[in-house]
Amino acid sequence: MKKLLCGLLLGFSLSSVALAAIDTYEFKDEGERQRFRQLTEELRCPKCQNQNIADSNAPIAMDLRREIYRMFAEGKSNAEIVEFLVDRYGDFVLYNPPLSSKTLLLWYGPAGLLGLGVLTLGVIVWRRRRGAASAAASDLSAEERERLAQLLDNQLLDKK
Amino acid sequence: MKRAILLLPLLVFLGMAVFLYRGLFLDPSELPSALIDKPLPAFSLPDLKDAQRTLTQNDLKGRPALVNVWATWCPTCKAEHQMLNRLAQQGVVIHGVNYKDDAAAARQWLSDYRDPYTLNVMDTEGALGVNLGVYGAPETFLIDAQGVIRHKYVGAIDERVWREELAPRYQALLDEVKP
Repeated sequence: MKKLLCGLLLGFSLSSVALAAIDTYEFKDEGERQRFRQLTEELRCPKCQNQNIADSNAPIAMDLRREIYRMFAEGKSNAEIVEFLVDRYGDFVLYNPPLSSKTLLLWYGPAGLLGLGVLTLGVIVWRRRRGAASAAASDLSAEERERLAQLLDNQLLDKK
Repeated sequence: MKRAILLLPLLVFLGMAVFLYRGLFLDPSELPSALIDKPLPAFSLPDLKDAQRTLTQNDLKGRPALVNVWATWCPTCKAEHQMLNRLAQQGVVIHGVNYKDDAAAARQWLSDYRDPYTLNVMDTEGALGVNLGVYGAPETFLIDAQGVIRHKYVGAIDERVWREELAPRYQALLDEVKP
């Protein structure tokens, strides 16, 4: 039991080490470090698709961190760095994809589906209401009403 | 009208089924290259065979060619190497980009397994790789005679990939050259 616990603890501590990529970059101030952190967290690693560049230990993520650091040193803005990466790896590297004809469904699909649902619900409610109203004001002729009463009576008599 | 509405859930289900069924056969690791129809990125890197010589993007122009990104640390590259040898024998022009590799190991590899490459660019730092949007070796670009990237294949080239995906495109590029 103790061994198992130790093993588990070791496993957990190792996995947390694996999650945070170790950076040895030096920044001129804390703001720059924050900017680097934020930018690399918004960019997706092309190889390990569900990790961002900040967290990934894949060689390509290391290379991209190095490239981004180099561009930081050159004084490039976030927009310029993002453009650099999109030019090479496509919109795929963005965790926040831009609005284009390809991503229209992605951005407006959920709202569209919600709208469709609301519309369907509206139609159903409206129909029910109208149905209830027309049933209340049923316009049978005198003849039909008499026949209806007769049928109901007969049924009642039959039951008895 | 009422009947048609009853069919709606079935239609929605069929739509979803087709959509999800397609999804089963998509490879999420295959990314469309952002560089299609763009010229090869500029570079100035040493030749693997002769480190004194410097190669640039202009050296790869002139003929349609495959540009194969490879490394000795990449097991898939080894799997693909024999296929590249066969293609080179058939007269297909293949240039290599030796990606983030040890030059001595790479030269040893080429003498061990034969060398299918016409030119071999030594990209030790992986800078050209980044400019090419490479995210894992092997990757193969198809360039035309003007050095414009026309197609990209990620993964090992085998008979099937060559026959179905690359050969027709390569042939089309050859046909472009001789009108």
